[in-house]
Amino acid sequence: MKKVIHLYLHYIALNVRSLMQYKASFFLTAAGQFLVSFTAFLGMFFMFQRFPDVEGFTYSEVLLCFGIMLMEYSLAEMFARGFDLFPGMVKSGEFDRVLVRPQNEIIQVLGSKFELTRFARMIQAVIMFLYGISESGISWNISRILTVIFMLIGGTVLFTAVFIIYAAFCFFTLEGLEAINIFTDGAREFGKYPVGIYGKKFLILTTFFIPYALVQYHPLLYLLGRRTEPFFIILPLAACLFLVPALLFWRFGVRRYQSSGS
Amino acid sequence: MKKYVSFFRLRFTMGLQYRSAALGGIITQFTWGLIQIMIFQAFYRTDPSAFPMSFSATASYLWLQQAFLAFFAVWMMENEIFDSIVNGDIAYELCRPVSIYHMWYSRSIAARLSRAVLRCFPILLIAAFVPAPYGLCAPADLRHFFLFLATLVLGLSVTVSFCMLVYVLTFFTISPQGLRMVFVSATDFFAGALIPLPFFPEKMQKVMELLPFASMQNVALRIYGGSMNQSEMKRAVLLQLFWLAVITAAGQILCKTAQKRVTVQGG
Repeated sequence: MKKVIHLYLHYIALNVRSLMQYKASFFLTAAGQFLVSFTAFLGMFFMFQRFPDVEGFTYSEVLLCFGIMLMEYSLAEMFARGFDLFPGMVKSGEFDRVLVRPQNEIIQVLGSKFELTRFARMIQAVIMFLYGISESGISWNISRILTVIFMLIGGTVLFTAVFIIYAAFCFFTLEGLEAINIFTDGAREFGKYPVGIYGKKFLILTTFFIPYALVQYHPLLYLLGRRTEPFFIILPLAACLFLVPALLFWRFGVRRYQSSGS
Repeated sequence: MKKYVSFFRLRFTMGLQYRSAALGGIITQFTWGLIQIMIFQAFYRTDPSAFPMSFSATASYLWLQQAFLAFFAVWMMENEIFDSIVNGDIAYELCRPVSIYHMWYSRSIAARLSRAVLRCFPILLIAAFVPAPYGLCAPADLRHFFLFLATLVLGLSVTVSFCMLVYVLTFFTISPQGLRMVFVSATDFFAGALIPLPFFPEKMQKVMELLPFASMQNVALRIYGGSMNQSEMKRAVLLQLFWLAVITAAGQILCKTAQKRVTVQGG
């Protein structure tokens, strides 16, 4: 295990060093990332100029929610971007090289890309989060701080799992399935607002099927003091279980993989 | 003229080849539309009186936006054009007895048209069967419908003219990245791609409607749902014509200047 972590850190260091060779391009891409999610924020800002709240959530509470969600998403994108770019790896035949190396293939794919440019998005997410905290008047205590940390862990793992599923489809289709975007970019889009506002059915779907609500809506209620059961603190960690079917599907895919590229 | 028609035809038939990609696109676009409508519905439930247009007009706006995404999404620029400028292939094109501006223009229109033709009909059809007020409503009347079609084409032309500006400016900056990002983000915001323009505060909306961005998707999608009155429609169409003329002229002038001092990249 220690060796694996060491290897992964080495991968990250390599990635960062190669990125720093093109500093201008790095900052431009980061700025672009910032602009894209900043306009999403502006859209939300102007909606709340017109509407005082949405289904009982005020502007600052929604910002808090959006901030956490965007942090989770950016962290997952930063670390697991290799899976997002996996179609290219399969197409070029690069994955065959990965398979012949005496090391776990997941670690290698994970280490193939470390997307530092996502820090720009991260900064914005943190600002929204801080604003949301200061305005929504949450009284902080250990359990609430723990909840936020668990939300970040659960959410990052959940999005990573979705990226893994996306990548695993490539074993069968050899290219990225655009429809999976619904669960990544789409989740970022509808995750801007607490998912409870979309109605009961949607909440059930996102609680038990693809557990976005576990890292977003339910713990948010606890943070805002609308739910008090301590069970909500560890609920976000349950989202990590989603990694199990994702990894099983990945394994299944690797076994069926019949090489490609030249 | 004939050569540009053939450029158009070539790119159009090429675009029609990507059918399985289109299927993926249809599913994504449809779900995206659904998500947007759910967001707006939550706001509607909270305070229906704060809605600047009827809910069914809003839903129609969002469905049409997804169906005709290929017409108006500025991020769908032709990568080949950027590549040819960056890697120097542009030299071959400059040798030919064609106007680069017109050639790229016809190619861009064809690319967007072929994408939209493959994608729009299934989305429109399913959206029409989604129960009211969440589905795509019928156009207000026949006149509105024809006006919608006309402004749709005008909007497409303004969008392509606008993208042409970005292509041409790449001659000066070489790297398209920065320009592209700024243009795309600005357009998303000002054109009503994130939230329809009527949802902005009134004063802001007044200014935004005069900008060229408002002449892209905003006009057609709002005319369809009937949320513009007679004089507003007239003004919007005139503005579309005005911006189309101005942006196209600007693009052509810039293109001429660029061609005079063009440096061929690559080797």
